[in-house]
Amino acid sequence: MSRGLKALSAFALVAVLAAGCAKGSATRESAPEGTSNIKYFTFSAAPDHLADLDKIVKAFEAANPSITVTVETAPFTDYFTKLQTAIAGQTAPDAFELNYENFVSYADAGALRDLGDQTAGDDLSAYAPRSLQTFGRNGKQYALPESYSAVLLFYNKDLFDKAKLAYPTADWTWDDELAAARKLTGGEVYGDFQPVQFFEFYKALAQAGGSFFGPDGKQAAFNGPQGVAAAEFLLAKPGKVMPTVAQIGGTPDYDTNLFKKGRLAMWHNGVWQFAGLKDVPFGWDVVVEPASTKASAVFQNAVAVSATTKNAAAAYKWLRFLTSSEVAATTRVASSWELPPLADAKAYAGYFEQTPPANRKAVLDAVASATAEPVIARQQELQDIVTKALEQAAAGKAPVQKALDDAAAKVNELTKSG
Amino acid sequence: MSETTSPARALDEPAAAGRARPAAAVRAAGRRTAGARLRKAGTVVLFLAPSAVPLVLFTLVPMVGSLWVSLHEWNLIGAMRWVGLGNYAALLRDGDAWRALGNTVLYIAGYLPLVYVGGLGLALALNRVTRGRDLFRGVYFLPVVTSWVVVALIWKWLLNPSEGIVNKILALLGIDGPGWWTSDTWALPSVIIASAWKDLGFVMVILLAGLQAVPGDVLEAARVDGAGAWRRFRHIVLPLLSPSTFFVLVISCISGFQVFDQVYVMTSGGPAAAASEVAVERVYDLTFRYGRVGDASALSWVLFLVILLVTVVQVRLQRRWVDYG
Repeated sequence: MSRGLKALSAFALVAVLAAGCAKGSATRESAPEGTSNIKYFTFSAAPDHLADLDKIVKAFEAANPSITVTVETAPFTDYFTKLQTAIAGQTAPDAFELNYENFVSYADAGALRDLGDQTAGDDLSAYAPRSLQTFGRNGKQYALPESYSAVLLFYNKDLFDKAKLAYPTADWTWDDELAAARKLTGGEVYGDFQPVQFFEFYKALAQAGGSFFGPDGKQAAFNGPQGVAAAEFLLAKPGKVMPTVAQIGGTPDYDTNLFKKGRLAMWHNGVWQFAGLKDVPFGWDVVVEPASTKASAVFQNAVAVSATTKNAAAAYKWLRFLTSSEVAATTRVASSWELPPLADAKAYAGYFEQTPPANRKAVLDAVASATAEPVIARQQELQDIVTKALEQAAAGKAPVQKALDDAAAKVNELTKSG
Repeated sequence: MSETTSPARALDEPAAAGRARPAAAVRAAGRRTAGARLRKAGTVVLFLAPSAVPLVLFTLVPMVGSLWVSLHEWNLIGAMRWVGLGNYAALLRDGDAWRALGNTVLYIAGYLPLVYVGGLGLALALNRVTRGRDLFRGVYFLPVVTSWVVVALIWKWLLNPSEGIVNKILALLGIDGPGWWTSDTWALPSVIIASAWKDLGFVMVILLAGLQAVPGDVLEAARVDGAGAWRRFRHIVLPLLSPSTFFVLVISCISGFQVFDQVYVMTSGGPAAAASEVAVERVYDLTFRYGRVGDASALSWVLFLVILLVTVVQVRLQRRWVDYG
């Protein structure tokens, strides 16, 4: 073997080894001796609340000089793809944020660390008990509740005034909403905006008095008369009082911009929009969504520690601070970020005193009438099946009843196969 | 390897060779060719390494890995569970996977004629042009080397139902343009149009090279014999072009089965009842949306076998119609 070949083989071997090792080491940031660095991955901070999160991080690092926190963010639509790829590639962040349905999948997959070691000597009475329970499974605490938010009906007061219509109230029904939407639509103005998809459907179904699954929690029940009514309510809007999918043309934040430009009278969206609407040049307010049976979507986020982290104790410390410290609570409240799930109402009393919107306590109406999202192991498939069925009905490819029946059959397959 | 025992070195010295007995010389010569062969192998390895090492690391190893994964149930975030051939059995009954394969075939059926006829037309036109041919060739080839994401985003804008220039022009002609990629009927055609546009230049370059190899004297002889333009094209140009045509067909079919980027960017497989969900889009959805990596890997292997089969059939059939002169 010539010297050149030997050198080449050695080089190739080193290259292979380096490629193999880089995966494990190069992505970890080295922390100074005696300190630990926590990588925290989140979707709820970007884009409106990065500075607020930074404030919480700074306060935490000041209180815990031996721990540093590195924040990574991704938009919600890409977040879970990135997170699962990082976990599969063994480069999981030490701590990360989860919404409720993904919490269930991640906990069941064993990707979350049982926080029992840390919670054992810890007083968790600061959290609202129900929120804490939500993120426990099989008697183990796998995550800490971080925040919650609710979906409400936003409305542009100026447009209502111009049309000489009374503002929506908590007593409104679907018919009131549709009637007002028809009167408000015209020229450049759309009367209403409510996406035709799974999240709106399961809620509308509850508002119609139906339930997604039957009593066994497995057999689909959303194709009954209430489901048809819910789908028809959603489908009554596009092309009549709301732009169609073709008109929206995939433009990101189309509805947000439409409302901000004063061209949308009513908008079904969440409290996370409050901060972005602070400075719009027209009056607006919120009310609990119209329905004869009140039912509202309330979303809860939690934070968890990765099952594979080497910094479990430090990660837990950071999550406790992020979810229940006074700094975190006041920062969230002051910036109208999502609400902290704390037991003591005083912690977020300031939230309800800010304006706009004037009727912030509609959030409490929504929480009081919260309807649970149907969650199964194969959640994303469930969501896609329902959304596709609605889109098919919207495109006129199938009558509503048939589209829902087909979707129900598919959902039953999903729940059967676990 | 010390200098003194090197057989090659010993043979380089005429004095040593002269003194050696004939049998030893023969043995030494044998060893010399072995040594030379080894050295030659070393050179070959050296030159192959830059492409072979990445190929093995990033293509062959993952391929074998995906075969392994296809025998498991795995959601990326949890532990893998052995299911044997269960994923393949489930695939046979999976209507969504079959529909995705069907959509892929529909895509190829729309794309292939469009890109071949378009590319041939361009090649024929450019073959007549003498001034600025290189410029035109460069211009038409530009989309081929442009990133798919860029091209797909541009076409998404061109075909935007309300703001896109295509529908604006149709409106001027009094035609109410379709919803393109937002419509269940037009989603797949939208992707086909964008794909054909991008790959036109590739087909054109291959066919243009084929056209330029058509001997002028044969065409001249045909003309003298009274053959019209169509007969010359049909009976001389097309047969002589058949090796290029064959190459274009095989390559386009393979890339057609693998179509993904433009679908992902333009429609993500939607809308409604997954009108444009092609096979690779389904693989992506299964992996990254539904956490069914085992099912996705099984589908990838079925797709691989389908491509292999189609290519083998094409190569077999070529004897009947490809004319290598």
